[in-house]
Amino acid sequence: MIRIDSVTKRYPDGTVAVDRLSLEIPDRAITVLVGPSGCGKTTTLRMINRMVEPSEGTISIDGRDTRQQPVNTLRRSMGYVIQNAGLFQHRTIVDNIATVPRLLGWSKDRARARARELMERVGLDASLARRYPYQLSGGQQQRVGVARALASDPPVLLMDEPFSAVDPVVRKGLQDELLRIQDELGKTIVFVTHDIDEAVKLGTMVAVLRTGGRLAQFAPPAELLTNPADAFVEDFLGADRGIRRLSFFSSAGLELLTAPIVAVDASAEQIAARATEDVPYLLVTGLDGRPLGWSEPGALTAGQVDTGRLLPCGRPFAAGRDSLRAALDCAVLSPTGWAVAVDGEGRAAGVVSQAAIGEAIRGAHANDTTGTTGFAGAPDLAAVQKAAR
Amino acid sequence: MNVLHYVNAFFSNDAYWQGYDGIPTRVSEHLGYTLEALALAALIGLPVGLVTGHYGRGGNALSLIATAARALPTFGLLVLMTMLIGFGMLPVMIPLVVLAVPPILVTTYEAMRSVDPSPVDAARGMGMNEAGILLRVELPVALPMILGGLRSAAIQIVSTATIAAYVSLGGLGRYIVDGLYQRDYEKVVGGATLVAALALATLALFWALGRLTVSAGVRRSN
Repeated sequence: MIRIDSVTKRYPDGTVAVDRLSLEIPDRAITVLVGPSGCGKTTTLRMINRMVEPSEGTISIDGRDTRQQPVNTLRRSMGYVIQNAGLFQHRTIVDNIATVPRLLGWSKDRARARARELMERVGLDASLARRYPYQLSGGQQQRVGVARALASDPPVLLMDEPFSAVDPVVRKGLQDELLRIQDELGKTIVFVTHDIDEAVKLGTMVAVLRTGGRLAQFAPPAELLTNPADAFVEDFLGADRGIRRLSFFSSAGLELLTAPIVAVDASAEQIAARATEDVPYLLVTGLDGRPLGWSEPGALTAGQVDTGRLLPCGRPFAAGRDSLRAALDCAVLSPTGWAVAVDGEGRAAGVVSQAAIGEAIRGAHANDTTGTTGFAGAPDLAAVQKAAR
Repeated sequence: MNVLHYVNAFFSNDAYWQGYDGIPTRVSEHLGYTLEALALAALIGLPVGLVTGHYGRGGNALSLIATAARALPTFGLLVLMTMLIGFGMLPVMIPLVVLAVPPILVTTYEAMRSVDPSPVDAARGMGMNEAGILLRVELPVALPMILGGLRSAAIQIVSTATIAAYVSLGGLGRYIVDGLYQRDYEKVVGGATLVAALALATLALFWALGRLTVSAGVRRSN
């Protein structure tokens, strides 16, 4: 565990970048430091590997003060990823990744073999090994940056706004990739970002810092969205935090109606039997069970439905796997107001109305426990903060 | 009588291809002065430029010294040094080195300053020591510019080393100084042509050096 204990960073000109910050960063989880510019999040990160020395307070890793070992030994035991990847342009990709193993005295062959292994892990094609950084896209460069940080298999990974400089589509890919890698490797990751959506998506724990380097709230993302500690945090979370919070509720509890689903080759009797008072529309599926679109029962031709005249059903949500947010989004976007759920193979599993989703949301809020339980170690801090207010 | 005629006459004169005043001797003397002056200037300019550039301190002091050194007239310095020290290699080397240090020093400093700071930050964060950062992160990227500084210094020395002849040393300046004195324009033009050829050869040499020492990753990305 990385323990930041009432750490202050004051510069010679009197500027206070970080003000008596205390954080307990849990092992094998992603802890995100988030806040507006000037909140000291990067300074905090850089104090962990002593790129910046704290003016007061201590930082310890597994109970050991970071100042007890030589600074370069400390840094080599932590992966470090920065915004523009910071690749060495004169070295090939494989040699960039092999940097820290080489510093640790590994042989060239062993370091390169390890580097190639990591390229695969971060989703880089092996053919890029002998290329130079300038030949790679921004997203690929950032993957190299992550691979380089992982090369000596350090238990801790420090990431300073690693995905801020790439476009949103690439950023989403990199975020998903990081979560996947984290599932496999279980590193202790400290991640700095100014993007609250990124923080909520990636963080097991999120520390919101305010300008002047003080901690505003330290909580799991779901709790952050449910119970923002104060107006600053609420404001920083943005206007649609209620909707975003639905990402943390599963759609598994939704009651799916299967009655209003007819196959494309349905007979007149089947169509008549499916049409009920509750559902004004029928969902037509292909012979493979995939949803094709909506239609009023009267407009359907028995035996062979004209698929060109169906109302589009939009992108369906995966029943159970997607969140209530995805389900609600489907219902809102659907011209009929009904969301279509599909199973793992993409076959229609049922339909659900906006009203039913609303009901499920109310139910989820009632049963919500994220505000009271949460991550080990977090409730104390949250309680301390609440008491302080 | 045009210049080409002089050139032709000079190079086809067998007398100029042998003996202590022959082209091979004078060229090798000239190269000797050049290499010695360049090596001394690089020995002073490179380490100072690399270290100050790496730490980013002393830039103003450097440019002040460099401007002052550039303002010194080479020929005047030669005469002064000869008066002070007497005849010999040293009074020739001093003005040549003074001439060559500023371009090496200033370009090396600037080259190191212009290295992208993010790989340096990444290297430091990965636990590379300062010497490692300087030599293995900054230097390979700064190398094209540093070679550029060495190249201009080398070319300036090649053309200026002719002054050695004024204080009774050898080199290609011999042809020019003697030729002017003897009103032998064939000799003057021949000597000047050789100096120009050496300067061009220096250019070619540095181009080849760049191809050999600069990583393809740096050469192509700039």
